[in-house]
Amino acid sequence: MTEVLKVKNLSKSFGGIHAVVNLSFSVAEGELLALIGPNGAGKTTCFNMLMGQLKPTSGNVFLHDENLSGLPPRKIWRKGVGRTFQITATYQSMTVVENVQMALISHHRRCFSILPFAHQLYRDEAMELLQLVGMEAQSERACAILAYGDLKRLELAIALCHEPTLLLMDEPTAGMAPRERIELMQLTSDIVRDRRISVLFTEHDMDVVFAHSHRIMVLNRGELIANGSVESIRNDAKVQEVYLGGGTLFKNDEEQTYA
Amino acid sequence: MGFIVAQLLTGLANAAALFLVASGLSLIFGVTRIVNFAHGSFYMLGAFVGYSLMQVLPGFIGFWASVVLSGVIVGVIGVIVEICVLRPIYKAPELFQLVATFGVILVIQDLALMTWGPVDVLGPRAPGLKGIVRILGEPVPQYDLALIAITPFVLFGLWFLLTKTRVGILVRAATQDREMVSALGVNQAWLFTGVFFLGSALAGVGGAIQLPKGGADLLMDFNILTTIFVVVVIGGMGSLPGAYIAAVLISVLNVFGVSYLPQSTLVLMFVVMAVVLMVKPYGLLGREEVAGEHGQVGEPERPIKPAGYRGRIFVGIVIALLAAVPFLGSFATVLTTDIIIFCLFAASLQFILGLGGLNSFGHAAYFGGGAYVAALLVRSAGTPMELAFILAPLGACMAAVIIGWFCIRLTGIYFAMLTMAFAQLLWSLIYQWDKFTGGDDGLVDIWPAAWLSGTTAYFYLTLVVGVGGIVFLRHVAHSPFGYALRAARDSSRQAEATGINTKRVQWAAFAFAGALAGLAGGLFVFSKGSIFPTELEIAKSFDAIIVIFLGGVKTLSGAVVGGATLEVARDFLTRFEYWRLILGLMIIAVVILSPDGIVGSLRKYAERIGLLREMVDGEQ
Repeated sequence: MTEVLKVKNLSKSFGGIHAVVNLSFSVAEGELLALIGPNGAGKTTCFNMLMGQLKPTSGNVFLHDENLSGLPPRKIWRKGVGRTFQITATYQSMTVVENVQMALISHHRRCFSILPFAHQLYRDEAMELLQLVGMEAQSERACAILAYGDLKRLELAIALCHEPTLLLMDEPTAGMAPRERIELMQLTSDIVRDRRISVLFTEHDMDVVFAHSHRIMVLNRGELIANGSVESIRNDAKVQEVYLGGGTLFKNDEEQTYA
Repeated sequence: MGFIVAQLLTGLANAAALFLVASGLSLIFGVTRIVNFAHGSFYMLGAFVGYSLMQVLPGFIGFWASVVLSGVIVGVIGVIVEICVLRPIYKAPELFQLVATFGVILVIQDLALMTWGPVDVLGPRAPGLKGIVRILGEPVPQYDLALIAITPFVLFGLWFLLTKTRVGILVRAATQDREMVSALGVNQAWLFTGVFFLGSALAGVGGAIQLPKGGADLLMDFNILTTIFVVVVIGGMGSLPGAYIAAVLISVLNVFGVSYLPQSTLVLMFVVMAVVLMVKPYGLLGREEVAGEHGQVGEPERPIKPAGYRGRIFVGIVIALLAAVPFLGSFATVLTTDIIIFCLFAASLQFILGLGGLNSFGHAAYFGGGAYVAALLVRSAGTPMELAFILAPLGACMAAVIIGWFCIRLTGIYFAMLTMAFAQLLWSLIYQWDKFTGGDDGLVDIWPAAWLSGTTAYFYLTLVVGVGGIVFLRHVAHSPFGYALRAARDSSRQAEATGINTKRVQWAAFAFAGALAGLAGGLFVFSKGSIFPTELEIAKSFDAIIVIFLGGVKTLSGAVVGGATLEVARDFLTRFEYWRLILGLMIIAVVILSPDGIVGSLRKYAERIGLLREMVDGEQ
């Protein structure tokens, strides 16, 4: 299988805190890869480095063998990487469909065009994407009044605008009701299958992770402690200790200090 | 050597009043997020009240009692303003309150005129400190030394109050997260009132304490306003030690500037501010501002749609009516010409301020800049009017491209202040380079070409170009460029993550708005036949901001409606002696009664009675 994303020795330190330490992994084409770990493990830091919001202290990120390190988010996006945020980021003053149209306008490099009406551009494509995520009925509503779960689905539609080869989803189902979670992840797996997109996502809901991912990586204190199939991770003693089975973030001696 | 030391001491003494006033402003802004334009008026009131008190209370104790008492009295006036004017509009969009405080300035100006009359009063000298001391052979007033000694105690006292007391902790908590503080059961309204009292009292004391060095006059409110904003910004918004350092820096530089480089005085502090902000974007001791972090984001803006069938017919009728104005006589024609030009200027600012969230406080630079480009081309190069008229927006656009390059990197109040600094730079350049620009006397005798001369002909040019410009701005707001500008304002995170270069979009918008302001300036100079530096003044920039908020910052037609309203009101009211009082009260009334601006409130009302469909929930 071809590798879409390759991460080599990625590290990030904030002063004395090593948020991500020497992280290496790769994402194969059409793969749904989950990145899990306790709070503060470095998942979001890792995502922010992949998407260009943070500069790595050291290490490189390759997309189809092209080095992405040091590029700003908008250039990484142009290479074919889509992203959804942990806390949704949408344009509050626009309608749902206009949010998608805005991304399409950017994709077609027409941000500086002043002659056409923006709301008439790429409307059909935008509606198609909204249909894909089941938001077509709400297309004319103001984004500011959407329910949180709908915002997440809208973000997914926006992220698919430029037909990405890789999708980064930071806690795609956070803040959603259990049924919405299952629906959204089902939708994501369908899209991955139909469009041959690779997805890297972080998630705290283990039902979602075990039901949908093809492979799982576990991060703890900035280091990769496990990487493998769903079954092998579920039974991994170390993973159970730090994350799954009543384990804790702190080592025993530290725990005593805090007790 | 002695001279330099004496200069240094004078600078330090001047810093005392400046620091007092600036720290009050910093405090008020830090906690309430209100850009309090009326702060200079509190300073002026402090001086006048202090003067009156000193006539009654004699002697050493009387003098210092007067200083403290004027602080208390001005503090109480500040509280009245806060409760009556600002409290009803805390929920309004950010910066809206500054319009209300602008109304307060006008009201206080006329009230002071009524009470103390149009005379400059000379402050009494402080009893017991009337003499001079010789330091290295140079005479230094005793009072200066007293001021130098007092200021650090004031700084220490404020620092102690804010960092070591319970009240101070609440105030600091409120500067960081208002919502959390009120969730913890603190009555925010009274906390704000208390801060307003303290801030205004500091301004009052500042006004009274400088009496022996200066005096009191009716212009001192505006004269100090920009200086204290500069001080607060250089020091970093909300930082008291920063305000002290900046006050000393500005005062000392000013004293040396007067002696060694007299032509630099008007611009020196703005240069310092521009340099500081370029190196440290949040001032010397300030910290980063994050929009909305103070829980004051207001209602989200609504989606916009191009005018529908009925809207277009309405605009058509308005243009047709305007075209008939010359039949009403030359007075109405000239007034309408002025209104259209002003509306175009305001609309160009609304484009970046409303759609882009770029609060430019120096937009008059491009209006006046465009006007001067045209005027100078006509006067110095003998350029034909038509060509000069076309080059006006281009010149303004170039200025906006250069200034925008520096400013766009900053955000919020710092962006506002840097744009103001550059506008002031341009103004002082024109003001002081009188061989070329005519300085204070302006440039006169700049008339349109023969085929456009005459009130009526020029009115039609204004109608076509001005209304055309406004319609064009509106169209661009609905174009992909306008959408990208809104996207950058709504969520720069999402915009950057979907390929939009937000800073470049904002920069282009800044230049575009500058070009249209320059177009308005070109129209202006040929309609008046002359141009003076006042057209680039800060007051002119503020005029545009005020009409946008009066009309409704969240609507595209706000600038036009607000601009027309203010121009007509001003034209009518200036016939009265106390017109400022009436205009100020009017502004305050509009602000309180319709916090969404005139257009915004009308639209909401129309929705409530079912005349307009609500835009929020879409068409289905």
